[in-house]
Amino acid sequence: MRIGGKGLIDRTKPVKFLFDGRAYGGYRGDTLASALLANDVRLMGRSFKYHRPRGVLTAGSEEPNALVEIIGTKNQTPNVRATVQEVFEGLNARSQNRWPSLRFDALGINDAVSPFLSAGFYYKTFMWPRAFWERIYEPLIRRAAGLGSLSGRHDEGLYEKAYAFCDLLVIGSGPTGLMAALTAARSGADVILADEEARLGGRVLADDIMVGGKPGSDWVAEVKAELTALPNVRIMTRTTVTGAYDHGTYGALERVGLHLRARANLPRECFWRIVAKRAILASGALERGIAFPMNDRPGIMMAGALRSYLNIYGVAPAKRVTIFANNDSARASARAMIKAGVTVAAIIDSRADAPMEDGTIVHAGAQVTTTRGRLALREITVRKGGEDILIETDCLGVSGGWNPTLHLTCHMNGRPSWCEERAAFVPQPGAVPGLFAAGAANGTFSTHGCLAAGHAAALAALSDLELRPASVMLPEAEDAPYRIAALWAVAGKGRAWLDLGNDVTTKDVALSAQENFSSVEHMKRYTTQGMAPDQGKSSNVAALAVLADATGRSIPETGTTTYRPPFVPVSIAALGAGGRGTGFAPQRFLTSDQASRDRGAPMIEAGLWYRPSYFPKPGEATWRESCDREVMMVRETVGVADVSTLGKIDIQGADAARFLDFVYSNMFSTLPVGRVRYGLMLREDGFVLDDGTTARLGEQRYLMTTTTAAAGLVMRHLDFVHQAFCADWQVRFISVTEAWAQFAVAGPQARVLLNSMLDEPVDLPFMGCAPLRIGGVEGRIFRISFSGEEGYEVAVPTRYGEALFRDLVARAETIGGGPYGMEALNVLRIEKGFITHAEIHGRVTAFDIGMNKMISAKKDCIGKAGALRPGLVGPEREQMVGLRVSGDKGLVAGAHLFTHGDAISRVASQGYVTSVCWSPMLNQWLGLGFLKNGRARHGEKVRLVDHMRDVDLICEVCDPVFHDPNGEKLRA
Amino acid sequence: MPELIAKSPLGTRSPLTIGLLRLSEAPIMPMTSIAVFPGHDKAIAKVLKPMGLAFPAPNMISQKGEAFLAWTGRDQAFLLGVAAPMIPASAAAVTDQSDAWAGLIFEGPGAHDALMRWVPIDLRPERFAIGSAIRAPIYHMQAIILRLTANRFDLLVFRSMARTAWHEIELAMMTIEARSQRSK
Amino acid sequence: MRLSCPLCGPRDRREFYYYGSDDYLNRPAPDAQPEAWDDYLHLRDNPAGELKDLWYHELGCGQWLRVTRNTVTHEVLQTELVADRKVIRR
Repeated sequence: MRIGGKGLIDRTKPVKFLFDGRAYGGYRGDTLASALLANDVRLMGRSFKYHRPRGVLTAGSEEPNALVEIIGTKNQTPNVRATVQEVFEGLNARSQNRWPSLRFDALGINDAVSPFLSAGFYYKTFMWPRAFWERIYEPLIRRAAGLGSLSGRHDEGLYEKAYAFCDLLVIGSGPTGLMAALTAARSGADVILADEEARLGGRVLADDIMVGGKPGSDWVAEVKAELTALPNVRIMTRTTVTGAYDHGTYGALERVGLHLRARANLPRECFWRIVAKRAILASGALERGIAFPMNDRPGIMMAGALRSYLNIYGVAPAKRVTIFANNDSARASARAMIKAGVTVAAIIDSRADAPMEDGTIVHAGAQVTTTRGRLALREITVRKGGEDILIETDCLGVSGGWNPTLHLTCHMNGRPSWCEERAAFVPQPGAVPGLFAAGAANGTFSTHGCLAAGHAAALAALSDLELRPASVMLPEAEDAPYRIAALWAVAGKGRAWLDLGNDVTTKDVALSAQENFSSVEHMKRYTTQGMAPDQGKSSNVAALAVLADATGRSIPETGTTTYRPPFVPVSIAALGAGGRGTGFAPQRFLTSDQASRDRGAPMIEAGLWYRPSYFPKPGEATWRESCDREVMMVRETVGVADVSTLGKIDIQGADAARFLDFVYSNMFSTLPVGRVRYGLMLREDGFVLDDGTTARLGEQRYLMTTTTAAAGLVMRHLDFVHQAFCADWQVRFISVTEAWAQFAVAGPQARVLLNSMLDEPVDLPFMGCAPLRIGGVEGRIFRISFSGEEGYEVAVPTRYGEALFRDLVARAETIGGGPYGMEALNVLRIEKGFITHAEIHGRVTAFDIGMNKMISAKKDCIGKAGALRPGLVGPEREQMVGLRVSGDKGLVAGAHLFTHGDAISRVASQGYVTSVCWSPMLNQWLGLGFLKNGRARHGEKVRLVDHMRDVDLICEVCDPVFHDPNGEKLRA
Repeated sequence: MPELIAKSPLGTRSPLTIGLLRLSEAPIMPMTSIAVFPGHDKAIAKVLKPMGLAFPAPNMISQKGEAFLAWTGRDQAFLLGVAAPMIPASAAAVTDQSDAWAGLIFEGPGAHDALMRWVPIDLRPERFAIGSAIRAPIYHMQAIILRLTANRFDLLVFRSMARTAWHEIELAMMTIEARSQRSK
Repeated sequence: MRLSCPLCGPRDRREFYYYGSDDYLNRPAPDAQPEAWDDYLHLRDNPAGELKDLWYHELGCGQWLRVTRNTVTHEVLQTELVADRKVIRR
């Protein structure tokens, strides 16, 4: 119910929202949880395993129970914490993990058979028969146990990522964080203040504390106003710092639009990567429960959450409240409730020396031993001095003490240390370099203590940053000591829950110890304690205390599991923002792109490039028809293809020739100016790295080409060789891949075509190169061929690429030629036995591809020593061969080769197929592949088997050059 | 005789304005890589001096009138805006880069905020001064980022990737604008 | 993780390509024994502590860096340009 005059919600802005299809009202500033509580909805979910009715436990991001699905027009998000989701007009939320409804859940039967479902039950129960696991048991368990559901569609929402830099990152904006930010900001530091809540203030607001003699909310507003006005401060609300990473990098998740109706271009979430020279962890503390029997009913919640709902949202979760605590802090909840007119039936304080309280009864030295109420709490039993007291109540606020929110200090392997006085783990100083934990996150629980700690942490950071601190007055505030007597579990009949998220009880932990899973890491995995979406934020410490008790060890001896990033669940969509679909990598477009698409060419990805696959003509029904025609066109007249994607590297200097001799296996210093040579590049271990042609443009200038796929790799390799071994040589190089548009003109009519457009007729020997002028533009021409026909490549500055391509194609068509695509290009090169990275795939040597002679004996080169190692040459190697077969049954790449008559088994494999095509010229299937001792086996029939595609045929081994083996056409 | 028409990387794309931010394609201009051979710094300085330029320190630009020389790597700078002077072949490798890059002009107050959606570098005015030139990624792309005047970035990306770069910056402009409208 | 490029300044790890141990810088003489080549190509120490390895500033200036870092504390102790190294002539 709503309490008049309390809370920070905007009562002038009512909003309507849906929960399980029913309309409710709330106010702007409400969370889904607070708005439901205001409407007296207390049942918000069903538990993971036993499907028990659950209500909201907390008022923060640590919530284990109130998880819902948020249904948007373009997304459905499961496991959203109702305590984090803010309401807005039209919000549509749905409870999850129940069927058919939240009030009646058929799988509630699990609760009745719970004795069979204890920790590890599936390891024991579903063992036999083995074959049942995948098809029956697992799907069954998955349906029964579970969390929210997915829509099964892509999330079409917009997500964002961003980078930020600062001197000081302050994480959390309670008293500690605000004081730290203020101190640093006034001193001129570049500050980011991040808080996961919508409002700054943290527990100053939740506890309605007086600061500096005025209401806390006024003090927060003043500090906020000052920080907002300073140019050196950025305030990031709704932003959870999720992880601490090396060298001052922090991850943070901002809820940009999740609290609003979806609108165009507004991201749902943004994942920030913040680089901070220093950081202050002022993340406060999380209240923990007490494991007493039947402690999971709706209406049982954290005592601190009661105050949060009252002071921030103006909501009292019930009419008749009881408090169960082992420390002083919960008294504030009782007082706030009484002040707001809510009945506090009693305070059950486990400490024998607990003080009295005005306005209610205090049962000192008492414990809650059981509870009743099916869909909501109705009654509790309290044991006091051997006597049972029944108390009617619809809400029980529990406080088992406070755990510092120290998670981030563990993200770089830091282990927290146990503090007996506070009965809590506290951060290890220096666990994350540059990060100071302060205030409640460091175990300081009074408001005064937090203000002072925030100030002190800022001074420490300022000193590191070499900034002079400005004077800041510490406002007055309460400085009450934190008195606690540890109480983790209450003995008694019935299950006592630790981890509400994963339905782990004290009995499960005891069972784990009993079955000798007594290390904390084993217990965690045996019971799944702490592995729910909340990662055990409110239960882990209690669970290991129970484990310590069960194993007769102390808590420090038992140790703790560590906390890893992220602190709260982070959607993959936010982490990968921008990377969906074509955002995954840059798209590279050729200058001929539009011209190719105009001709209906389907584009295929080649690396990051988009290249035309083939150019369909009217009447052609399949790609093969187009491809066959294009192949014959090149063989008989002339074809034009855009080959600009090949890497081009301009190499200059007095030592350029020497450098090429070093990086290529063969000689380039002997190449005359105006000539081109094929080069083979090896890795230092002797395997083939890449191949391509390199032209000598001048005495001290070369132009290297690389394959499309390896352009980046080769550049990195050349940079390495240059910088590591010969940085002092007179040689420099730079990529000019993008500077030139280059087109292959191939076929018997190539020269005719070129002469029709060049300022001077072509007169180039095979493997020659020269400058050229074309329509007044300076370009280059190379007589090289990847097709086996007389071929030229014409290069012009990229800006002229599209015009040249259109012109070349138009001219080609007048003499029976035209453009050809990647498919035809591939057939042409296979017919000629030219390799691509399908063959030089990283596991082949120069010997394997028959190019051992290209490793010059006259000089050293990268990979020379490696290539000659034993095992990399010889008859045991799989050597490149050609394969051919007539008939319609096609060869397939990836198939394995077997000696005729051998058994078809993995060990008997003699090699494999790398490239195949139908040759329209030879009217048969051709392939390239690798076969053991293959060069000695030309003429042999081998068996080709591909179990995946059900291919099993006999083909003939031959020389890999099928077309024009003497190169007569090439040199025409 | 063909008539070859020059086309800029983005063709005829018109400038894009969203909120206070504006994205446009820079006209193609002369751009020459000058990579100095070891031990020839003085020879290069001698060539540059009459132009009023000096070989820039890392991450810096040397500017004189239309001409500017932006650092792009170890002993390497790009001369932009003017044709390359005569440089002795023994002193530096000189390579025309005019067609290899697409130039984008991104301007407006807070342009750095939008750019820092993709660039993992502090580009705020007080941290990325006028006269800076850096090699940096724009998301997955290699780029050169120049700050010649306040509230403006000159971006160079590989020509073939111009459309992706445009698209990514457009996306950042839209989200920044949507954020600024959020509270309304 | 961040690395300080001697030319470009401190940069995010995503700008760098990781190669491996700086052993790659110590290329044996062409006529060295196979053992020396085997050592150079394949044998690596895996220390818990200080390590020198090679990173390529691929999305930056294209320089290879030798990085000295501690594999236990993740501290980066030094970054230097491979090109600035005095090459030992074969």
